[in-house]
Amino acid sequence: MANVLPLPAHDAPLPLLQKASISAPLCRLPLLLHRISAGFPSPADEYAESALDLNTYLIRNKVSTFFFRVIGDSMTGANIHDGDLLVVDRSIEPKHGHIVLAVINNDYTVKRLYRHDGVIELHAENPAYPPIHFQEHDELQVWGVVIGAVSRFAV
Amino acid sequence: MGGGDRSGIALRGVIMESTSAQGQLFALVDVNNFYVSCERVFNPVLENRPVVVLSNNDGCAIARSNEVKTLGVKMGTPWFQMEALAKQHNIVALSSNYALYADMSNRVVSILRDYSPDVEVYSIDESFLGLDGLESLWPSFDVMGQSVRQRVRQWTGLPVCVGIGPSKTLAKLANHVAKKNSSFNGVCDLASMPLPEMDALMAGIEVGEVWGVGHRIQAHLHAVGIRTVRDLRDTPPPWLRSRFGVVMERTGSELRGISCLALEEVAPPKKEIVSSRSFGHLVHDLQSVGEAVAGHASSAAEKLRTQGGVCNAVLVFIQTNRFREQDPQYGGSIVIPLPNASADTRLLVRAALFGLKQVYRGGYAYKKAGVMLMAIGEARVAQGSLLTAHGADERSKRLMQVMDALNTRYGRNTVSVFSSSAPKPWAMRREKMSPCYTTRWSDLPVARAC
Repeated sequence: MANVLPLPAHDAPLPLLQKASISAPLCRLPLLLHRISAGFPSPADEYAESALDLNTYLIRNKVSTFFFRVIGDSMTGANIHDGDLLVVDRSIEPKHGHIVLAVINNDYTVKRLYRHDGVIELHAENPAYPPIHFQEHDELQVWGVVIGAVSRFAV
Repeated sequence: MGGGDRSGIALRGVIMESTSAQGQLFALVDVNNFYVSCERVFNPVLENRPVVVLSNNDGCAIARSNEVKTLGVKMGTPWFQMEALAKQHNIVALSSNYALYADMSNRVVSILRDYSPDVEVYSIDESFLGLDGLESLWPSFDVMGQSVRQRVRQWTGLPVCVGIGPSKTLAKLANHVAKKNSSFNGVCDLASMPLPEMDALMAGIEVGEVWGVGHRIQAHLHAVGIRTVRDLRDTPPPWLRSRFGVVMERTGSELRGISCLALEEVAPPKKEIVSSRSFGHLVHDLQSVGEAVAGHASSAAEKLRTQGGVCNAVLVFIQTNRFREQDPQYGGSIVIPLPNASADTRLLVRAALFGLKQVYRGGYAYKKAGVMLMAIGEARVAQGSLLTAHGADERSKRLMQVMDALNTRYGRNTVSVFSSSAPKPWAMRREKMSPCYTTRWSDLPVARAC
């Protein structure tokens, strides 16, 4: 007996969802809402009613979300690996602890934002990389907040 | 309309009356230096540097950053003429990347649709919003304008200006004011501006800045002593009509705050060609809407060829009947970039139908559909390229000539195109083009973790 279960709800509160008027490329996985019994074919195959779209799982605000490609291994501790696809949402206000995409020396850099007691730093998630400090008058430009990373495995 | 003896006081009376009584109010939201701004979102190196975007085949400047404008480079300057200047000032020149611009344009329009149910996409970087009935949502429309600005900037990285006025012409003028005067902080609301201030403002703006007043008309207006926007506003409309025709009369009325141009009732700008019509009866299925859209794309393509143009992007829009309040309402639009500039009916119809499939939703009764050809340039002889140009080669040109000739001789739609096949993967051929950051997996911008 195999059950296809609905996915658990998000554990973090989601920001306001925007009207999705433009469809991003769809990736449809049919979700069967009935039990599939082993042994004889189900007469209810046409009950496959909704389709799961990975976009809706990964993306909260389509209009403000952009994809980036990761190069490097400084974020492996946060499970972000070389070659991964980053999902970056510009509509989220960056907060302490968020993984952010920052503009450093005209490059986009992915790091964890540390902001505590007036100290602002960008932390790597790999001991080989030291944190980046910001002085009082420096400007840290955060391009967007990283809300997900997608890996594909060689098969 | 009264005679030619209207005093300035009376004119102001008209303005007051129309804003309060009819309550028509429009906003024009326009992205500053749109193409350049799109490039800057994904390439921080371009920030604070002079940047131009070049037309097809890297011909002339079709978008300039403020730095380039300051250097005196005019719109349409051929690239070869400014190469020396470019070297001297480190100007970055980019080929136009319509896939990127169309995606960013669609994002901006999505945001605007959250602010108003009535959005008219006027061009790839400008939209009109109907503001009627929305006043209770905001302490003032200036606050709304700032919210639009902030949200578009935050969500897309693009800078916009907002102009608000009791007519589309005034909204457009307000946008110009917001853009030119930094004291407005990007939002100008002419509808709530005290009259003496408005008078002074209009007296300081060249009449050529008014929507619909081109170079030639401007010269004619100068000849009769109308030099500023205020001069034009204070000229009696009947006189304008007798001298310049009904369009100028309408412009005069619009400047007084009497709205003559409704949303959607587009007087297409030079750079766009619109073909749209309401259906005779409500239409539900994709097939029927598709036939209408294909028809609109065909007739727009024909107009495009008549004026010797080619376009780079196609917008398709559909709309339910908003006056049938009992029906569920939906309106959608999308811009589809072309692989290369073209005037080939086959390519334009295919792009329009491809777009329609993205915006069409089942279960609605559609009242109107239309197509707008955007980012129009001059047709040029196709240049040698390793990649095949889609609908821009000699064969296509000859076919279109034959088609137009047949339709002229034997009547409209003697020969027509209806293609529903999906567009092929399109190849770009532009030398200095930036990657398609938002529309191609292989072109994603890089995030460094090193």
